[in-house]
Amino acid sequence: MTRYIPNQDDQRRRMLERMGAGSFEDLLAPLPQEVRLDRELDLPGPVSELSLHRQMAGLARTNTGSEKVCFAGGGAYDHFIPAAVDHILSRSEFYTAYTPYQAEASQGTLQSIFEYQTMVARLCGMEIANASMYDGASAAAEAALMAIRVKRKDRVLVAGTLNPRWLRVIRTYLDRAGFFVGEVPFDDGGRLDEDALEAQMEDGFSALVVQYPDYFGQVFDLQPLAEKVHSRGGLLVVAADPVALAMLKSPGECGADIVVGEGQSLGIPLCYGGPYCGFMASRKKLARKMPGRLIGKTVDRAGETGYVMTLQTREQHIRREKATSNICTNQALSALTNCVYMALLGETGLREVARQCYQRTHYTVRRILEEVEGAAVVFDNPFFREAAVLLPASGEAVRDAMLDRGYLAGIPVPGLGEGALLLSATEKRTREEIDGLAENLAPVCREVAT
Amino acid sequence: MMLKGTLPTIFDRSHPGREGAALPELDVPETDAEELEGLLREGPIGLPEVTEGQCTRHYVTLSCRNYHIEQGIYPLGSCTMKYNPKFHETIARLPGFCGLHPELPDREVQGTLEILRRLSEMLGEITGFEAVSLHPAAGAQGELTGLMVIKSLLEDLGEKDRDEVLMPDSAHGTNPASAVLAGMKVVNLSSDSRGLVDLEDLREKAGPKTAALMLTNPNTLGLFESDILEITRIVHEAGGRVYMDGANMNALMGIARPGDMGFDVCHLNLHKTFSTPHGGGGPGSGPVACTSELAPYLPHPRVVRDDDGGYRLIDRGGQAFGRLLAFAGNVGVCLKAFAYVLSMGPEGIRSVSENAVINANYLKALLSQKYEIPYDRGPCMHEFVASGGRQKDAGAATLDIAKRLLDYGCHAPTVYFPLIVREALMIEPTETESVESLDAFAEAMLSIACEVESKPHLVTDAPVSTPVLRLDEVRAVKDLCVVEPWDRPERE
Repeated sequence: MTRYIPNQDDQRRRMLERMGAGSFEDLLAPLPQEVRLDRELDLPGPVSELSLHRQMAGLARTNTGSEKVCFAGGGAYDHFIPAAVDHILSRSEFYTAYTPYQAEASQGTLQSIFEYQTMVARLCGMEIANASMYDGASAAAEAALMAIRVKRKDRVLVAGTLNPRWLRVIRTYLDRAGFFVGEVPFDDGGRLDEDALEAQMEDGFSALVVQYPDYFGQVFDLQPLAEKVHSRGGLLVVAADPVALAMLKSPGECGADIVVGEGQSLGIPLCYGGPYCGFMASRKKLARKMPGRLIGKTVDRAGETGYVMTLQTREQHIRREKATSNICTNQALSALTNCVYMALLGETGLREVARQCYQRTHYTVRRILEEVEGAAVVFDNPFFREAAVLLPASGEAVRDAMLDRGYLAGIPVPGLGEGALLLSATEKRTREEIDGLAENLAPVCREVAT
Repeated sequence: MMLKGTLPTIFDRSHPGREGAALPELDVPETDAEELEGLLREGPIGLPEVTEGQCTRHYVTLSCRNYHIEQGIYPLGSCTMKYNPKFHETIARLPGFCGLHPELPDREVQGTLEILRRLSEMLGEITGFEAVSLHPAAGAQGELTGLMVIKSLLEDLGEKDRDEVLMPDSAHGTNPASAVLAGMKVVNLSSDSRGLVDLEDLREKAGPKTAALMLTNPNTLGLFESDILEITRIVHEAGGRVYMDGANMNALMGIARPGDMGFDVCHLNLHKTFSTPHGGGGPGSGPVACTSELAPYLPHPRVVRDDDGGYRLIDRGGQAFGRLLAFAGNVGVCLKAFAYVLSMGPEGIRSVSENAVINANYLKALLSQKYEIPYDRGPCMHEFVASGGRQKDAGAATLDIAKRLLDYGCHAPTVYFPLIVREALMIEPTETESVESLDAFAEAMLSIACEVESKPHLVTDAPVSTPVLRLDEVRAVKDLCVVEPWDRPERE
């Protein structure tokens, strides 16, 4: 038998006897013959641990992309992760536990998620935060649905400067639920088109979803936008980069009502897109409209502090079709990752990560403009840790050719021009790597252009 | 060692100036950030300041206050808390897998794409379906995906008016919530005296408005829907499709396949059936398998294998209903599930379900000595539902029994679900529990039943051995506190 199943034939016989069954087949009596599978499944294996290791290591080696020097962002960033993060997550007590349904036996998970909620809320400048969503994009979609529950208008506006992947997710969620998405375009200068926004708000809306900094890395003051949206009766939903929030004015301070974002930057490996971790924070008065789990502080019978899942009457297992969302399993271990990462980096560490991302990305852009003839920035606005540059050759062709030289140079954004490449540098990118990128881009652009 | 009572938070352990991580020096010339004037954060964020040692000690101390599968039996019904193989954790951490940026072009990520493709095929074989999407992040998102796929097909067929989803009153709460999120209406079906779908009620309610029936099989009582072929026939004749909630797939692998029962689509929970750890509430993964009729509508992205043997991600075009996550899905979880299927092989996979079913029936037989087992007309599948009704009448509720189990060093079953059983205790031991472990759990349950009769206060006062005593959930709602209060320092 297999290494994960303890009971042996003699034990199974004794168990079957105890329940008055002659054989295992007797237990299948409720299954009509027609639905029983009359053959063995066509699956590979079983393989030993050693053989599995060889196979998996072989497959991992064909993932040549993991060795490229990464200048891509677009919602997933190559950050340094202190070793202590994975050591703590690898505690079986955390990773092999279930959802904390029995609070008294789950205080480890519950208190750490409470601390996570606290850190997220403080970073966002909001009063409350939930225990996590699947990823940033689905968190944004859930925030849009939450805004509709609050404002009861069936339309949500989305800034055209939002990550296009996130826009597609919001559209999928809202379309299918019978709601509408209005996209507010941006002008040639990279700013949200004010007239279009005014016109779209005229038609009635529950919220405007805006990214901060936006998909192109640009930073604009949210406060005037918040005032405008509020004056027209809507909510402002901000999709924020958590690293940027260590440096920039918090969305809460600017008047945001709901803040969501992708927690991957906070200690989670890239892993081809998941598992990541969506976060969601809001004003306290919206707590009962919030989707997902919330961990709250309380006391036990002796007055000692403890933590429980709270406001559960919002959730599907109690409220069923009237629940605020269908979410059940979330990304708890990824939220714990965020929590431990933020605790390790702390107040000064996270600010330093933000400062270095800002500085290294700015240096990268500067070096590209110096080295690559005809290169330009697409927009001339303040940016944080991501920037769109326009190269004198196809962005996609440049990216491919740069991969051969060992660099993932960025993400092509053909919508901004054929040569547009979105790039980002984290604290992990050294001066040598940045210089290498710029110096290789120059000949590559020439080669590709001809 | 486990510490009892109130513990400081990480914020309580903070002192200005402490650091827990060392970053490299900034080695590039600095830009003056004056362009951000007026946009910068003023004052502290409010994050803790601790050393690596303090941070580690804090979270390790917290971890010791968790019950977990490596400590003992975790018989939560419908949750399939089985052992999580160690080596699969190692695999998912290989740099070749976890160092991949999701925007890399296909040629740079062939290993991961191959695994995703092959895992899809394996899950298709196990469920008896033609196509599989690994996109959904969890079971509930899988349900939403399945319903959106059905909705898209119906729209294409010009049957937009079909907006009702039938589901038994014993369904998981995610089922009705997912239906509403998919823009559909919920129609409840009653269960009959056997605890199965009431065919008369189904015949009455299935009709021109029916988009789908959502059914968990085995159902949440742990019973196989014996009339399944008739059930799927009735719904198909009415023009609807049939969705299987695959939360209970651990009962069926290698024994019977949803595709062969007339289901059109089902989701799986890799964090249940396929042994990936639950992580204290996630991340999971909720792949969706379906017939060729529904396959074109599965979400983006999908992985295909080209004639030259290369793998390619399809992220645009076709009839896909859209996407529910920014990137491919919970890829790291998929890697572990792929390793699990390879580790087990076809015989091993069937053996999982055989042993899960034997373990559940054995435990049911042991517990029936003291606990009422409603709807007990024959064998159950991988789980069963007992009732604490008898004990409730004697003065201790199911909640008390659950809490008392913690004192016996066992995790409690799922309680008060399904809703159709009074004082429900839903018990799923899984195949990775030994007979010795089942005997010990049964002994604890029977002993608690005796306590209810002789010394009920032991049960109603429980738990007493946990880090905290019974917690006041009402107060948590009344005095809502979901973040640590903070006296934000005045701005300078």
